[in-house]
Amino acid sequence: MSEAQIKNLEEMFEQRIANDEKIEPKDWMPEKYRKTHIRQISQHAHSEIIGMLPEGNWISRAPSLRRKVALLAKVQDEAGHGLYLYSACETLGISRDELYEQLHSGKAKYSSIFNYPTITWADIGAIGWLVDGAAIINQVPLCNTSYGPYARAMIRVCKEESFHQRQGYEIMMTLAKGTPEQKEMAQDALNRWWWPSMMMFGPTDDMSTHTEQSMKWKLKRKTNDELRQQFVDQTVPQADLLGLKMPDSDLKWNEEKGRYDFGEIDWDEFWQVVKGHGPCNKERMAARVNAWEEGEWVRDAAMEYAKKQEAKKLNKAV
Amino acid sequence: MEKNWPLWEVFVRSKNGLEHRHFGSLHAADAEMALENARDVYTRRSEGVSIWVVESKHITASNPENNGELFEPAQDKVYRHPTFYTLPDEVKHM
Repeated sequence: MSEAQIKNLEEMFEQRIANDEKIEPKDWMPEKYRKTHIRQISQHAHSEIIGMLPEGNWISRAPSLRRKVALLAKVQDEAGHGLYLYSACETLGISRDELYEQLHSGKAKYSSIFNYPTITWADIGAIGWLVDGAAIINQVPLCNTSYGPYARAMIRVCKEESFHQRQGYEIMMTLAKGTPEQKEMAQDALNRWWWPSMMMFGPTDDMSTHTEQSMKWKLKRKTNDELRQQFVDQTVPQADLLGLKMPDSDLKWNEEKGRYDFGEIDWDEFWQVVKGHGPCNKERMAARVNAWEEGEWVRDAAMEYAKKQEAKKLNKAV
Repeated sequence: MEKNWPLWEVFVRSKNGLEHRHFGSLHAADAEMALENARDVYTRRSEGVSIWVVESKHITASNPENNGELFEPAQDKVYRHPTFYTLPDEVKHM
């Protein structure tokens, strides 16, 4: 194809997206569209898979059977979300093995939020309430994104995500209304998870490199700062309802603008964690790689068994 | 040795009376495992009453590049639609 032909195809492609048409796996697409989508969808899938680790930490120590079945179901959902997303990503012509390899080698990133530790039971409440709350705000616009398989996966994910946030808030509510020690535990979890949750929306708009292109392709419908503001505005009243205090002395209602003003995010911390120096980066990767390597013989045995069964069937047919 | 589990496409009937619809895909060593995994991945909230799985390599798909020759011929055959035919208003229920 000549350069002029490619340029023409690209223009038609952008026009289709502007007209709200969906792009499906076998359609022609610019190489940059394919690469950007592989990067974003796989990063999203990796986040779901790594996201199981901090919560898995508390399954065996949940305070009641009710909490335990809910947490178990939530963690199972995260596995499911990872699988929907990996499948969607594979339709772009990359294999599952390559995707895992990128995760395990550190070439691909996952959401930095999962590099923080879950040290008390209240952290499970704070994660459901804040982390899943922030994730929902990030994810809902993606149900309308331009790449068909990604949009379909996100519709399924978003349907399931709402229970995650509610179970988290219920945990926080129970602790906040409990003994002074329990309330203090809830406050401590909020103190530790608030700022990392705020960072989940990514760098500020003037620092974000991908926003413009992502807007065009409907990988984003609002900017990082707009989404972050939405998160603050919806979460602060929920904290008030719990009787907990946000760990931000600059946080106050701005009557004129009809929204909350909030303090500066510690971007040094953000970049430190992104670059691999968060409290749990090494632990998370080690757990993930270990699970993959220790499971190898199981995967091989299953494949061997499948082949033998197939051979048996063939023999019988002869 | 072929170590990677093959890819399967999953189709789910959400309730009797409806057709099976494509839900997504997954990896499994064999058909039985594909069914079990499909149950866990795609029907955790009673989304289905019946599942089909088929190994992805068995699906032959049309190529969007050929959409013109495949689908355009249908566009100028308006006589396949009821509104093509002129009938007096007095004719009811037709």
